[in-house]
Order: sequence, then structure tokens, then C-alpha cells
Amino acid sequence: MDNAVIIEAKDNVAVAIEPIPAGVRASFCYPDGKQRAVNVCEDIAIYHKFAVCDIPCGSKIIKYGEHIGEASRDILTGEHVHVHNVASVRENLEKEESL
Amino acid sequence: MSKQTFLGFARPDGRVGIRNHILILPASICASDTASLVARQVQGAVTFHNQNGCSQVGADQQWTMDIMAGFAANPNIYGTVIISLGCENCQMDLVTEAIQKRTNKPFRQVVIQQAGGTLKAVEQAVRYASELAEAASMQQRQPFPVSELIIGTECGGSDPTSGLAANPLVGCLSDLIVDLGGTSILSETTEFIGAEHILARRAVNETVRSRIFEIVHRYEEALHMVGEEVRHGNPSPGNMAGGITTLEEKSLGCIHKGGHRPIVAVYDYAQQLHDKGLVIMDTPGNDPSSVAGMIAGGAQIVLFTTGRGTPTGNPIAPVLKITGNKLTFETMRDNLDFDASPVIYQPGSMPKLTDELFELVLQTANGKLSRAEALGFIEIAIARVCNYV
Repeated sequence: MDNAVIIEAKDNVAVAIEPIPAGVRASFCYPDGKQRAVNVCEDIAIYHKFAVCDIPCGSKIIKYGEHIGEASRDILTGEHVHVHNVASVRENLEKEESL
Repeated sequence: MSKQTFLGFARPDGRVGIRNHILILPASICASDTASLVARQVQGAVTFHNQNGCSQVGADQQWTMDIMAGFAANPNIYGTVIISLGCENCQMDLVTEAIQKRTNKPFRQVVIQQAGGTLKAVEQAVRYASELAEAASMQQRQPFPVSELIIGTECGGSDPTSGLAANPLVGCLSDLIVDLGGTSILSETTEFIGAEHILARRAVNETVRSRIFEIVHRYEEALHMVGEEVRHGNPSPGNMAGGITTLEEKSLGCIHKGGHRPIVAVYDYAQQLHDKGLVIMDTPGNDPSSVAGMIAGGAQIVLFTTGRGTPTGNPIAPVLKITGNKLTFETMRDNLDFDASPVIYQPGSMPKLTDELFELVLQTANGKLSRAEALGFIEIAIARVCNYV
């Protein structure tokens, strides 16, 4: 049984669906059925996010296949992703949409 | 009985209710306590505490009027006893006219200052309300197709399970209602922010598409005008403790409850619906005022998703609470109607859960009490633009 879920193939965060202690493997399944696991490097509370790849400071955090914010510092694979390392950014989505 | 019908009450304006309440409608805050006394005395009567109705700027007074008229016109209401103090801005003739623009259902009027004080007003209003209640009690439920249903969708106390389970499940139910010819309302403009482009792609035409961006811009602008930012209250402390990081993440989870069908119209707050299919209503993220707006629009039932668990109800329409958080379903059991957590823990269970939730909606339409109804929860809120004058 997986202890995490990832929503879209291009997401760089997954969601813990059980509490995952530091050092434990988080396993999750991609929409195409491909199974993957990463070691979380800190305790991840149930329903909180962790990085499934390294996310450099300033790059987008992607969940649901969409931007949910930007990394406010470098985030390593398996790190907790939350308000301490993510900034909310208002994008002009109407402009983006009409391009 | 076919799966695609429910037992409702026919109204003279052609709409169909799932409850048969008498509404004791306070036209202003000054009539609210009197309205409560009346409602307590008459079986089948409902009321709420109207905090407004006087000393409001035009836009705020309009919203208050729209909520009052919409509540009286809501198909779950058999008839209305309007109670006003007499000197408030929401004058009896204005309230009556607003109601009559929406419905031809029965109403009675009581003005406290004309009746000669609270006790005389209560006596008059109890007499009117009990006459209406007696007439309502003679009415039988009849079968109607699901196409007569208007469901409102709402989320509150969200956490990441809302976007993973409860909202996608309500989205599937919304699709089902729309496919059966009914109406589903997606609400909470504050929670479209960061996801408005995704909704805009589903607009049936350019007018609807530009209206989606317009209501989001208008909302942000209104807050900027008073030096505020929507992010100041969003995500809430509870959202963040649950694992939601940004407003964009909350929004992307939120819009799942609108399912996958085309968006056919965008309505302003508390306006009466006349389209079938999936529509948007411009409501605030504040749950009781958003729920009130959709019920004023004509929703007979509200599907309310929550991660943290909330008690929200409404005097006029059942509000079904659905959570995808297995821990919350245990700890907040008394307030919750449906456990959507198998969406997360039992992959492939979505079709079965959609059927089960549809069954609960039909049972509720047929008369089964929601948890909030059983607890007698009637608090509402009306969206506001600015301070009282």
C-alpha cells in the first residue's frame, strides 16, 4: 500500500497519505501506473507535501500539473514543502491563457 | 421508484422544493429577535438572524435585499411571513416587491411599529405563520426528475484531502446532476484565484470566459481599494496546519468540485438562476455567506466539502458535509454526512462513491435530515462591501 500520492506526471511534489517519519521510503504511483519511491529526509505529517526531485530556489512548485508557488530557497528531494520554503506568486493567468 | 427521481413539493412558480418550510423573514436586524419568537412558536417555521437591512450603502443593501428575496423564493419555502420594524431602509414594500419579482408564492406582512410593539406583532405573525403551516401540511410530496434539482457546491475548512478526494467526488456528482439535466453551482470567487485560467477554458463562450476573469479581478480590486490583499486571510491557519501552503494550491483543489462540464453562465451574488447545467456564482470564500448566496439563487441542497470539519448549516436548505480526511471523519462525526476518504485509500472507488453520494443526495431530497438540520443549525451570513453608515 502506497503511503503517498502524486497527482500529475509533471508535479514536483507528492502528498503523504500516512505520517511518514524521517528516513522512511515514501512510495507513490504516477497516473500512467509507474511506481516510484523517495526517502523523506524529515518527518512528513499526514496530507503534507514533500519534494520528489531537487527544486532550486526561485523555480515553480507544481501540483495538480499547475503552479502553486515558487521555492523561496533550495529544496532537496524528500524535504517537507510548505510555507517555510514556498512563496505564493500572483501570475497574470488571463494574459498567459490568451498567448 | 426510479433512481433518477426524487419526491418534492410543487410550487406555484413552477419550481420544486425538497423541504416545505414557512420562512419568518426579518427585514432588518431590528426585526430579527421578533422573527425568532415567531419561528419558535410555529411548527415548520424557519428563520435566521438578519444582521443587516438598515444603515447600509447601496451595494450592501442590494445584497441584503437579494438574499431576502432569494430566500423567500427558494423552492424549499412554502410561504413567507415578512416582519419589518417599520423605519428601516429595507422597507416592507421594497422587500415585498423584490420577492414578487422572483416568485408568486404566498406571503404575509407584519410591521412591528404598526402592530404596536413586539408582543402584538408576534401575535399577528404567529397567526399568519400557523395558517401557512397548516396549508403547507396538506401538501404531498410528488415524484420529480433530477433535472429539477439545483445543487450548490462549497468547500470550507479545506486541507489537502479536499483537493484529492472530497472535491473531485463532488465534481463527479456535479457532472452526474448536469448530465441528468439539473444544475450545479460552483462558488467562492476568492478560491478561483490562481485557477481562473483553468475554469475559463471550460466557458461555453467568450462572454462567460471574460466574466470568469472579470469576477476574479473585481474581487481582488475591491480588496485593494481598502488596502487589503486576499492572501491576508488565505490560506487560513487551519488550512496551513492541514498542509495547504498557498492560495493557488487551495484554489486548484477547490475548483475540482465544479467537475468537468462546460460552464454555461456566471451569476452575480444571490441572483436567481435560470440556466440548467454548470454555472458559477460570484460569492466570497466565507462559507455561510457563500452558501446563503447559492440558496438565494435557488439551490435546494448544498454539498459542502471539508478537510478540517465544519458545522455549517442553513435554515432553508440541507447542507451535506463531505470529508476526504479519514481522521476528521472520526473526530467530527457529529457534523459530517459522508466519508470520501476511500477516494484516496481505495484507488478505483470513485464510481462507487459517486453512486453512494448520489443516493444520499436523493434521500436528503426525499426528506432525510442532514446532520446540520438534525442539530438545528440556522446561522447565515450576507456578503458585505463595507462598513455600516
